[in-house]
Amino acid sequence: MKKRLGFLVSTLFAASTMLAACGGQGGNNAGGNGKDTFSVAMVTDVGGIDDKSFNQSAWEGLQKFGKDNGLEKGRGGYDYLQSSSDSDYATNLNKLVRSDFDLIYGIGYLMGDAVKEVAKQNPKNHFAIVDTVVNEPNVASITFKEHEGSFLVGVVAGLMTKTNKIGFVGGMEIPLIEKFESGFRAGVKAVNPKAKVEVQYAGGFDQADKGKAIASSMYASGIDIIYHASGATGNGVFSEAKDLKKKDPNRKIWVIGVDKDQAPEGEVKVGDKTYNVTLTSMVKRVDVAVYDLAKQAKAGNFPGGKTIEYGLPENGIRVATTGGNVPENVLKAVDEWKQKIIKGEVKVPTNRKEYEQFAATIK
Amino acid sequence: MKSNRLQQLFIPVLAVLLGMIAGSIVMLASGYNPIAGFSALVYGAFGDTYYIGETIRQTTPYILTGLAVAFAFRTGLFNIGVEGQLIVGWLAAVWVGVSFDLPKIVHLPLAILAAAAAGALWGLLPGVLKAYLKVHEVIITIMMNYIALHVTNAIIRSVLSDEGFKSDPVKPSASLQSEFFGAITHHSTMHYGIFIAIAAAFIMWFLLERTTKGFELRAVGFNQHASQYAGMNVRANIILAMVISGAFAGVAGAMEGLGTFGNISTKAGFTGLGFDGIAVALIGGNNAFGILLSALLFGALKVGALEMPSSAGVPTELVDIIIALIIFFVASSYMIRWLLSRGQKGAE
Repeated sequence: MKKRLGFLVSTLFAASTMLAACGGQGGNNAGGNGKDTFSVAMVTDVGGIDDKSFNQSAWEGLQKFGKDNGLEKGRGGYDYLQSSSDSDYATNLNKLVRSDFDLIYGIGYLMGDAVKEVAKQNPKNHFAIVDTVVNEPNVASITFKEHEGSFLVGVVAGLMTKTNKIGFVGGMEIPLIEKFESGFRAGVKAVNPKAKVEVQYAGGFDQADKGKAIASSMYASGIDIIYHASGATGNGVFSEAKDLKKKDPNRKIWVIGVDKDQAPEGEVKVGDKTYNVTLTSMVKRVDVAVYDLAKQAKAGNFPGGKTIEYGLPENGIRVATTGGNVPENVLKAVDEWKQKIIKGEVKVPTNRKEYEQFAATIK
Repeated sequence: MKSNRLQQLFIPVLAVLLGMIAGSIVMLASGYNPIAGFSALVYGAFGDTYYIGETIRQTTPYILTGLAVAFAFRTGLFNIGVEGQLIVGWLAAVWVGVSFDLPKIVHLPLAILAAAAAGALWGLLPGVLKAYLKVHEVIITIMMNYIALHVTNAIIRSVLSDEGFKSDPVKPSASLQSEFFGAITHHSTMHYGIFIAIAAAFIMWFLLERTTKGFELRAVGFNQHASQYAGMNVRANIILAMVISGAFAGVAGAMEGLGTFGNISTKAGFTGLGFDGIAVALIGGNNAFGILLSALLFGALKVGALEMPSSAGVPTELVDIIIALIIFFVASSYMIRWLLSRGQKGAE
């Protein structure tokens, strides 16, 4: 019995030396590296860099920038921090400021306030925000014309629905996602005024279970195409569509992906045949935008205080055709509408009010 | 008696160490350096003034949710509704914070009181149902959490904003945010709420240990029938306990609404502060002073963990496992106590 006590005591000693070692090491982190290279980092929203959508695309842009410039992942190179709740935004941004990164991205609309706050407190650092505009001299804002891309996938959905019932799954009911919703509904309306679009919001961008539940009830009600603008929540939509396809491979149900070309998410194997439930994707080149801005900043041309908008002409927004699920004639129609939008003949609505006005012009 | 006291202090420390050892094994097994990992954790929580500020900011609501859960526990009730009471408190505080123009000396206390009242109201209903209809408080409080979450989201969208997802920032006269703390902690979000949280801990201790009402509340918690026989009003005490517990939770919401965020946004899910409060209360031994310490532990782990991916390369998912292991060992300190007592018996 005495031995047992002895063991406990020695464990304790081992543990306390370890703790002491920890305390000692802690200080080393404070010193930054010598700064002769250009370093970039980003803070993700709760979706994380494996959301197969928005955050992942941004991270791919940064990774490419890092590789092209011979940077290593980590301090002094390129890095990311993931937020597990909204109270982490400012802490994570500050963490990167304190690690001496030359350019720090806030990825996502919801981070606008935090970026503004931290940018004000650190006027010498350079920041960038994706998907919203922050008016500070040391912040560059990147936005996309998502409504135009959504309009085009709306055209695809409107022309290809068999049931005249189409679904839209949004992440959070914020102005940004309303842009997707309004553009999409306008696209459907423009080519198929009889089709009905049912709109539902999951309440978050990391709610795959809710995405699946919404998709399940939508498909059950006869909806055959769902467009999701919901980040990682959309993974639930894909999973439901694939489950249904497995049960009945002949059923014509589709998902329209968002942000990235989501064709890989839609692949499903039934027996020996591989199907793909991804009809098309509204690709938003966050990776390109993130990359370009880093490049500009590295060259010393950081566009502080400016807003850079990506749209159809810049190929910042496009309609993916991987998988070949969209027939030629529909693609042709998409191209016609695209030209009309670029020429300004069609003004795509960006919110619900504008959509009502748009819908009134089509009988 | 003296060695007992020492053991009281010694056991939690030992528990944290065991948790760290288990975490080290996990890190070693997955190919990460545990020393780098834990130094990052410690550095991220206490490494410099900024991190200390963030840790204190995170500790503040934990103290209050811990107190809320503990108060109910001490009176024999299990309040899982702290989460919902916190959310309605947050909403009430921000609502008062944005709607009035008053001098700070009136406005700030009013906003905090509104939060306490909202939380108390959210605790009142389960209290009444429990006292009069014997409906189990666990079920009601869980359901009240969902009601709180979605009602709050609806109000934010329709009343506090124009179909938006967040309210305006609260007026400066209702804000707990502190220029002074910001300046000495390199712009951390630390705010004056920590003083309110500490005061609340004192209030809970005083109420439970030094007043007749507190004695009654505890007595009802120990044995309802005996208390009734002794002439106490059991029903009134159950309701009062839930109301006070809810008020603590509501004030925790005010800390977030008036301090950390300065506004309220629609939420996809729960904040977790209320549920973590259950662990804070249990680890703190449902005792006001113990809760201050366990809230600090939770705050430090939560804030420190953010540093592990960036400076030690430990992935976020693994960090969650390591933190859970530490909490697991702290929570199972009973096991350690048992092992120790066997060891002592053997030594004798």
